[in-house]
Amino acid sequence: MAKIESAFVDLSYLDTLAAGDSVVHRLDPRVKVVTTAIFLLCVVSFDKYAIAAMLPFALFLIVIMGLGGVPASFVLKKLAITSPFAVMIGIFNPIFDQHIVLHLGPLAVTGGWLSFLSIILRFCLTVTAMLVLIATTGFNAVCMALERLGVPKIFAVQMLMLYRYIFVLVEEGQRMHRARALRAFGRRGLDMKTFAHLVGQLLLRTIDRGQRIHLAMLCRGFDGTIRIRQQLRITGRDIGTLLLSAIVLIAMRQLNLALLLGQLLTDSLP
Amino acid sequence: MHMADALLSPAIGGTMWAATATGIAVCAKKVQKDLDDSKIPLMGVLGAFIFAAQMINFTIPATGSSGHLGGGMILAILLGPCAAFLTIASVLTVQAMFFADGGLLALGCNIFNLGVFPCFIAYPFIYRPIVGSTPNPTRIAIGATLGGIIGLQLGALGVVFETYLSGISELPLKAFLSAMLPIHLGIGLVEGLVTTAVVTFVWKARPEILQYSALSRPLGNLGLRKVLIGLGVAAVVTGGALSWFASSFPDGLEWSMAKTSGKEELEAPASGIYHLLAGIQEKTAFLPDYGFKNSGEEAAASEGTAPSWPAVDTGTTTAGLVGGGLTLALAVVIGLLFRRRKQTL
Amino acid sequence: MSHHIVEVQDLKHTYPDNTAAVRGISFRIHHGESVAVVGANGAGKSTLLLHLNGYLTPQSGTVRIGDFPLTRETVKDIRRTVGMIFQDPDDQLFMPTVYEDVAFGPLNLGLPAEEVEQRVQQALSRTGVEHLSERPPYKLSGGEKRAVAIATVLAMSPDILVMDEPTSNLDPRSRRSLIELLAGFHHTKIIATHDLDMVMDLCERTIVIHEGRITADGPTAAIFSDDQLLRRSHLEQPLRMQVCPVCSKR
Repeated sequence: MAKIESAFVDLSYLDTLAAGDSVVHRLDPRVKVVTTAIFLLCVVSFDKYAIAAMLPFALFLIVIMGLGGVPASFVLKKLAITSPFAVMIGIFNPIFDQHIVLHLGPLAVTGGWLSFLSIILRFCLTVTAMLVLIATTGFNAVCMALERLGVPKIFAVQMLMLYRYIFVLVEEGQRMHRARALRAFGRRGLDMKTFAHLVGQLLLRTIDRGQRIHLAMLCRGFDGTIRIRQQLRITGRDIGTLLLSAIVLIAMRQLNLALLLGQLLTDSLP
Repeated sequence: MHMADALLSPAIGGTMWAATATGIAVCAKKVQKDLDDSKIPLMGVLGAFIFAAQMINFTIPATGSSGHLGGGMILAILLGPCAAFLTIASVLTVQAMFFADGGLLALGCNIFNLGVFPCFIAYPFIYRPIVGSTPNPTRIAIGATLGGIIGLQLGALGVVFETYLSGISELPLKAFLSAMLPIHLGIGLVEGLVTTAVVTFVWKARPEILQYSALSRPLGNLGLRKVLIGLGVAAVVTGGALSWFASSFPDGLEWSMAKTSGKEELEAPASGIYHLLAGIQEKTAFLPDYGFKNSGEEAAASEGTAPSWPAVDTGTTTAGLVGGGLTLALAVVIGLLFRRRKQTL
Repeated sequence: MSHHIVEVQDLKHTYPDNTAAVRGISFRIHHGESVAVVGANGAGKSTLLLHLNGYLTPQSGTVRIGDFPLTRETVKDIRRTVGMIFQDPDDQLFMPTVYEDVAFGPLNLGLPAEEVEQRVQQALSRTGVEHLSERPPYKLSGGEKRAVAIATVLAMSPDILVMDEPTSNLDPRSRRSLIELLAGFHHTKIIATHDLDMVMDLCERTIVIHEGRITADGPTAAIFSDDQLLRRSHLEQPLRMQVCPVCSKR
């Protein structure tokens, strides 16, 4: 319960961020969706020991966060909340993979620790990328972009409506839950019968609401097709940005920039 | 019950993505063509309802632990297969995006496991024949409980096969099955009981809602077969193609992870965030890469070498094809089942 | 064309569970009239309203809106003529943003893009909520939601506005500005409500419904001064007509 409640606070905070205005916000949502997809594919396709090679991707995100005004504190908080799961899964690696792969002075590093770090890094990169996309675009615009990118319209509309009514229904559910809790006198947990009653009641209200919404739609000429004003217009600047970021991402994936930098530095030293 | 990215090879992940995308496309067409446009807002609010309902936990009888509604069966019962499938897909997508539940690569698997089985198997072949057009509490109880159990068993089977065919986990199939199936028997039973309780409540309060959904037959014969054949073909084609590029990193640790995640799900089915991350762990290397090379130790360089690209490995190609073949076989079996059912009606 | 814009004759409606919600209602409403429909809970107000926008078609009796009798064939034209404002604006605002919501109707009418744009802007400025146009509906206050809901209806350019409890759940100030807004409209208005004080401000005529039948239909002032009638219909006089508890004057 607490988890979902806090998640909803984040949900509306993300909405607030998305309502901002910046270079990143002004980009066409499709450009951002495609760039995010490329980003995720690149990160996910690294081999399991990759660490340094992934770091430039973090840099990429940080630049975008800076341009888009996404507060690092929010992202870090979100990462901190969700990271225990990553740690929990990753921690198996050092246990199972004790193969020593390198020595840092007296310290012998096993493959397991490397892949563990790699997992944490990937986790941070993919979660942050998703957050940055939503925080600079907004869920609604992401859905519209997906629709334009070929996702069936009815599915895009479905996600839009779901998102619209999450707020209404969660509040309704909370009210009912609270009303019950007030009379439960500290007894925690619901037995099945009470649960069914509560959820069933919520379900009936939801179905009624669905009917009323349908009526409201009919009143305004709904004929089975949802028409959404399409205001997305791709500009040369958008295409340029997409190409540029795609090139940068693929270059970062292909070339180990961190390594090259390292070599450059070590070579230049006497 | 969420499939974890960690256990998934890009080949299988991509295959399931293709299958799921096909399912969404076919269902979207079907729902759009459906004359009953009141479903469109209903799907939206019911999707939101699933979120609201999942906030409310109940005590699982005789265990003291708590669980919450999954909701796949309820959606199928209220909306019919195609609309329910789209709704489940939208719920899982929002969960993956905002709550990092599941994972992006695994989203295809998750929609498949949690959507296709309840909507296209448990509902039309178990719930509907049992409940018929005149629901009563006993029939609803039997239908929803059996449907819940079988839907989740198939979903668990899906997880096992997706993991096994991904080749990342070294876990012997038998051991994996014997861990996953009993656990999900329990989860399925609970889901079935909750579904029964909620559906019975609705039936008692407002019988016309269930009557109405029993009357409309949103899934014609053609529709179901089309969906399943589409799913099968898409799975085989992409499975074969993707496997070509795929290579696997055999590593023996994930199976224990799978076991943990299976158990974890029993306690806290919603806490799937770690799947996303976990996933990232074992990805196919498309390119040789030595991430730790620059830490100064050139000597270590050869250790983490991935197979060079593209890894034309007959093993993984086989795995992909087997996965696709399996789905296709499933499609054929379902098609036959459906035909038999139609003849007996 | 008759000069009655709404004509209901001997309308009856029984729900599938055998509840007779409307048991023979007849009335006529002229162009530009502003009529309140009052009655206790379950009196049949909502069922009546559902007939006016064609969600229900008459089981018995007739409903004429403008030039058309209400039938399945004319339902589309009737919905264009009648703008329905729902009790819960959350039901009416189903699109991701205010703009999208107001544009939903005009887009369904198949209007060209510029015309849609123009109608949306007009409707938003008419209700004084232009500044909210890009906001998602769940971030609006109750009063703002109500104003936007009205804008969504105005964008369809209806002749008749039908409202179900427009002042429910509003704080006093939002209620007051809503009443002022509605007073400025020259549409034919039919308002179902329990807020009898608002009725005194907005409606010159009142129809009282009790148990599916009309118990009174006439000038608001006359009806509200008949205390007996109101009591019989499970209503009570608006506060400002009641005897002052302090000085015992009206």
